[in-house]
Amino acid sequence: MLRRERRSVVATEAVGPYTLLRVERGSIDPGVPGQFFMLEAPGRLLPRPMSLALAPSGELAFLIDPIGPGTRALCTLTAGDHVGVLGPLGKGFDLEVERPLLVGGGIGVAPLPYLSERLGGPPAVLGFRTSWHAEAAELVPNAEVVLEPTYVTEAMHSGHDVLACGPEPMLEAVRRLTPHAQLAWEAPMACGYGACYGCVVEIDGELKRLCVEGPVLAAA
Amino acid sequence: MRLLNASGCLDALVAPEIARGLDAYVTKTVTPLPREGNAPVRIAETEFGMLNAIGLANPGIDVFLEQHLPRLAELGVPLWVSVGGFSLDDYVCVAGRLAARDEVETLELNLSCPNVDEVPENVGEVVAAVRAVTSKPLYAKLSAAVADLGATARAAEAAGADGLSLVNTVKGLALDERTLQPVLARGAGGLSGPALRPVALAAVHTCFGETRLPIVGMGGVARGRHALELLAAGASDVAVGTALFADPGAASRIRSELKAELAALGFVSPDNAIGVAHAGYDATLDPRSRVDSKKSLHIGAKMAG
Repeated sequence: MLRRERRSVVATEAVGPYTLLRVERGSIDPGVPGQFFMLEAPGRLLPRPMSLALAPSGELAFLIDPIGPGTRALCTLTAGDHVGVLGPLGKGFDLEVERPLLVGGGIGVAPLPYLSERLGGPPAVLGFRTSWHAEAAELVPNAEVVLEPTYVTEAMHSGHDVLACGPEPMLEAVRRLTPHAQLAWEAPMACGYGACYGCVVEIDGELKRLCVEGPVLAAA
Repeated sequence: MRLLNASGCLDALVAPEIARGLDAYVTKTVTPLPREGNAPVRIAETEFGMLNAIGLANPGIDVFLEQHLPRLAELGVPLWVSVGGFSLDDYVCVAGRLAARDEVETLELNLSCPNVDEVPENVGEVVAAVRAVTSKPLYAKLSAAVADLGATARAAEAAGADGLSLVNTVKGLALDERTLQPVLARGAGGLSGPALRPVALAAVHTCFGETRLPIVGMGGVARGRHALELLAAGASDVAVGTALFADPGAASRIRSELKAELAALGFVSPDNAIGVAHAGYDATLDPRSRVDSKKSLHIGAKMAG
């Protein structure tokens, strides 16, 4: 049942330039890593899609990069504030993989802490613009960090089942290198549940709704 | 009063439980041929609304009839199909194909999509042509962005429309914070949400005075109070659009808020509030607000409290 729930903010923590928003979980299912939630952004008309970063006991935690009016508004929330939460939504990562390697770039690291936890702490390669951004790597165990101008694709080991999230050029590069990778994409979304048709991306030569078909898609 | 969704703001095939909470479900616009729609980026939030440039993405009438309609009929909710096109023939084609389908209760003619290049010029002509191929109730969905909305509404009425859907979005533009380039790939898009509310109220108010047609009021409805104001301006029914994006439960919440708003102002039913914004207007004398009206025969007795 699709129902927006109202939850209180437990705490917020600065992680480099990002904010880790910790929200009371209540009866909300944390879902599969790579799935996302629509978070009501204070003072904004539309909620913002955020993948779950961590699922500590009784909580849902989201890693947010304040890059626009909605994400900036979300980062102003403080403990005790209330926030509308809808989810989990979409399709997450397939966890039935033999030799997982997590690959993340920038704020694309967001779903990887929860993914790492569910996969038992597999190796990870994370790329960031600066060492300040790279503070987010502390959320992911067994992570090798590269900073620009080095790219994650230069540090990726072969022979792994790659699960990746990051900016489009990174995902395209990962796709070329590992045609069987699972890639988590992002797109602007108004609703997150298939109603607005705003988040289409080209899948198999057709424009399809990322919130329904993804956000995790097979690379090939 | 019935509570509907605005066309293009809910996919009943992926959120059937939300559609079942409505008094009628309105489909996304169907055209003769499949349409992929516009390239992304297709949506943008603005200060007091949102822009969309979806571009009438739909599977086309063949796939709609074969694959979508049977599943929509299983919802058990009256179905309105939004009919679109780029020529008179397009509208006649889609409406004609739907005419014999009992699953479809009402046709809404989308005569006002802001996101395609070729739009019909003559509302009356389209309504008359479609009227000739179907006996189903026909609602004409109009834009407020025309020189003389009253005249357009009268043309729809004269051509045989059974009702009006007011309003469609109006064209707006959003620029990127950093690059100052249009956010939407198409440039401009249709503005909806709170910014559209006063526009919708004025359009409903005008057309209520200009025609005898029942009106589905829509545009920025997010609270019970907004629905009440559209009723007061002259709407008989109300549709929820953009508010569904943020809150899939918006319709049931609006319904209960409306009930409280009506009670607080002493109205015994939503229909008693219809048209009260018009000076000297007596709702009990207007066939549009009577239970035994032509409108209600089309609807069945779906009086939502």
